[in-house]
Amino acid sequence: MEFEVLGNKDTRSGFGEGLAELGQQNPDVVALCADLTGSLKMDAFQKAHPDRFFQTGIAEANMIGLAAGMTIGGKIPFTGTFANFSTGRVYDQIRQSVAYSKKNVKICASHAGLTLGEDGATHQVLEDIGMMRMLPNMTVIVPADFNQTKQATIAIAAHEGPVYLRFGRPVMPIFVKPDAEFVIGKADVLAEGTDVTIIACGHMVWKSIEALKELHAIGISAELINMHTIKPLDEAAILKSVAKTGCVVTAEEHMMNGGLGEAVSQVLSRKHPAPQEYVAVNDTFGESGTPMELMTKYHIDTPDVVAAVKRALARKPIII
Amino acid sequence: MENKALADIASQVRRDIVRMVSAVNSGHPGGSLGCTDFLTYLYFEQMQHNANDFQMDGKNEDLFFLSNGHISPVWYSVLARAGYFPVPELGTFRKLGSRLQGHPSTDKNLPGIRMASGSLGQGLSVGIGAAQIKKLNQDPTIVYTLHGDGELQEGQIWEAAMYAAANKIDNIIATIDANGRQIDGDVDDVLSLGDLHQKWVAFGWEVLHMDGHNFDSIRSTMQQAKALTGNGKPVVIIMKTEMGQGVDYMVGSHKWHGVAPNAEQLQVALDQLEETLGDY
Repeated sequence: MEFEVLGNKDTRSGFGEGLAELGQQNPDVVALCADLTGSLKMDAFQKAHPDRFFQTGIAEANMIGLAAGMTIGGKIPFTGTFANFSTGRVYDQIRQSVAYSKKNVKICASHAGLTLGEDGATHQVLEDIGMMRMLPNMTVIVPADFNQTKQATIAIAAHEGPVYLRFGRPVMPIFVKPDAEFVIGKADVLAEGTDVTIIACGHMVWKSIEALKELHAIGISAELINMHTIKPLDEAAILKSVAKTGCVVTAEEHMMNGGLGEAVSQVLSRKHPAPQEYVAVNDTFGESGTPMELMTKYHIDTPDVVAAVKRALARKPIII
Repeated sequence: MENKALADIASQVRRDIVRMVSAVNSGHPGGSLGCTDFLTYLYFEQMQHNANDFQMDGKNEDLFFLSNGHISPVWYSVLARAGYFPVPELGTFRKLGSRLQGHPSTDKNLPGIRMASGSLGQGLSVGIGAAQIKKLNQDPTIVYTLHGDGELQEGQIWEAAMYAAANKIDNIIATIDANGRQIDGDVDDVLSLGDLHQKWVAFGWEVLHMDGHNFDSIRSTMQQAKALTGNGKPVVIIMKTEMGQGVDYMVGSHKWHGVAPNAEQLQVALDQLEETLGDY
């Protein structure tokens, strides 16, 4: 299996391009940012539509409340700040004024996870997927690369209801086709295989693609699913794949608690019990370092995916 | 509307409030009774609104957001009496399956409510957001919000206050229910707000004061507030009220913030409040 690398870009730039395109397409789209316009790549939208861009200053709680209020006149607000300040800092505002009130707010969160890098653990949120998927009415999306983040940004404007869109800072390979269709809640099967199912999201999709090559070299046939929508989870895609392979590895740039792996394990335990191994951060905060150093140190790198596959295979029941 | 007509509505609303909370032995009568005159005036005289055809997007009508959601009984009663939903539905307050949740919510589509509230400090941001979109939509109507004075201890209120002045959001009129009480006692003892007038002035708002139990004061102040909209500054009204107004044994005491009267106490209260429009 060959994956053509179409370029290298950060997923946040995909958000910025998607938002700029939306600005041209849809006059109801408005954007709010809490003093991180450059980091979120929201400058293009701001420049083209100054009347629809709202700078809130360093006041995230107010930003979420404003966005909720802005839906009432029929607008579709996109809020932008780091993932840490998009979730934990404003959880109660999101819970009451967005999720419970079913407001059409798109919470767009950059610099998620360890790959925020040198700023360290204060900013490296690894709990946000868990927090957001626990909220009723919330859709949770973690696109895999630049193109997919752009496609997802455009897609969520057409979806009525609260959305959490998570993306990141580092430059990573682009492998999703620029004209690919993004369907919320429908997983992408990137590679078909028979021995093990790898289910990944975000930057870990590329790490898993790299792992496929190593696995192939040692004769392991792995199926790879890009689970860009964590909620609603594509249960059918999981069950179809695991029926064939009989074991699962989940890979995410997030805590093991509360994340993609836990969501997948709920499906497996209820509908198709099977060995599952987790590539995730295990109950620890991060630290300063380069994104790739941190992925290695905290065991969410390509060799960790390969090792998890081996563990999962070893746990498969032996059929005589 | 004549003051007498407003007073008659307010008397019935106060009866609704004490009956609603007593029936389920829970809820917040104190602040509800204190804001009855204001909300009666707001919905029956001040606001341009459409009670019979509620639209969530509220285009071209004035909007109201209750930020201190625990005084839901007064809001529900005023909404029902104004025609948003059938008056008998007040009897379902806080009961399983009711649209009249303990704190206001949009979850069950109760007409008149556009945002959940209860966790304090969020309604000013919401109101400002709605007001800013009215400006963007060239909709000349106004956004009203109501807040408890204790609620001003929440930091988000001041984030919102700063934002509104900096962005010249001049189509919002926020009202503070200044009853000086909160659950644990007097606001001054729990956490003093200091010089509230000067705080709002310093945050760049037009600040007005009114007596929340005098319809002449409410009318003249609300008219003045409306006249001040469109001048580049948000408007706040510091409204002096008494918690528990209208029921002698509740007036001025924080003890009835979140405690419902029992059957005997209810009767004492009802004896002081004329039934003007018919109980639900």
